[in-house]
Amino acid sequence: MKELSLHILDIIQNSVNAGASIIEIEIEEEEKEDIFRFSVKDNGCGMSADFLRKVKDPFTTTRTTRKTGLGIPLLEAAAVQCGGRLDIVSEPGKGTAVTAVFQNSHIDRAPLGDMAQTMVTVISGSPEIDFLYTHIKNGQSFVFQTEDLRRVLQGVPLDTPEIIGWIEEAVREGLAEIQVK
Amino acid sequence: MKSLAELQEIRNKVLGQVNLRKEREDGIRVVVGMATCGIAAGARPVLNAFLSEIGKRELKDVMVTQTGCIGMCRLEPIVEIYMPGEEKVTYVKMTEDKVARVVAEHIVNKQPVVEYTIGAVKD
Repeated sequence: MKELSLHILDIIQNSVNAGASIIEIEIEEEEKEDIFRFSVKDNGCGMSADFLRKVKDPFTTTRTTRKTGLGIPLLEAAAVQCGGRLDIVSEPGKGTAVTAVFQNSHIDRAPLGDMAQTMVTVISGSPEIDFLYTHIKNGQSFVFQTEDLRRVLQGVPLDTPEIIGWIEEAVREGLAEIQVK
Repeated sequence: MKSLAELQEIRNKVLGQVNLRKEREDGIRVVVGMATCGIAAGARPVLNAFLSEIGKRELKDVMVTQTGCIGMCRLEPIVEIYMPGEEKVTYVKMTEDKVARVVAEHIVNKQPVVEYTIGAVKD
């Protein structure tokens, strides 16, 4: 993937397919500690210990289920290549948390890319899911949650084109304020 | 950050139109393949281009939805368009730049852009 935001989109799709109603995305960029970390946490169906052991292996997972496949192995490869790692914690019936860590300054670390597009894609695809997106950069943070919007919208769906346009701009501006490029 | 007051204004403006959308079950559907293969091939900007083009033209009876892997990963990004009463049209190797033409010619003027469809792929 050319952007980390595309990996994030891909991992969020797993949460959507797991039947989650709440999906939390957290991105943390700390230049001083030279760390770039993101996590996607959901309250979906979760995975058994047995499945969790196999989930990083593309040759096991693609044939057993459609929920995963190449997405997780690709992300793990990207993280490991940048001196980082991929952690997955999951419990059946409770949910799954996927965390990827990268060495921020690593030459092979893909840029974050367009998080506004990633958020627009997942929100328009699943307007009924509650998304909570927190982005921390060098101690400054930006929080975006669909719950806040729902309170204002009172029944108007999040995937209405005008609302989607507002969401894209809101995320773009919010990230610019904390110097996320 | 953009204010919620602004969102409130948008909400009030679109409220009437939303009801209109709900009543139309025979609308046009644009389905974008959004599995790992699609995402890696560039489906995200394609989907976003459809959303903004349809928003700009204020097309009220068009729904943009997503699906998983369609099974022809080498032809991603794949977009399927369902028009009421017509056979499904499958566009392959889509790009952001092709979207405006598909919306104008196919969705608005009902003439599929044959050169972008799966039928035009040479093996």
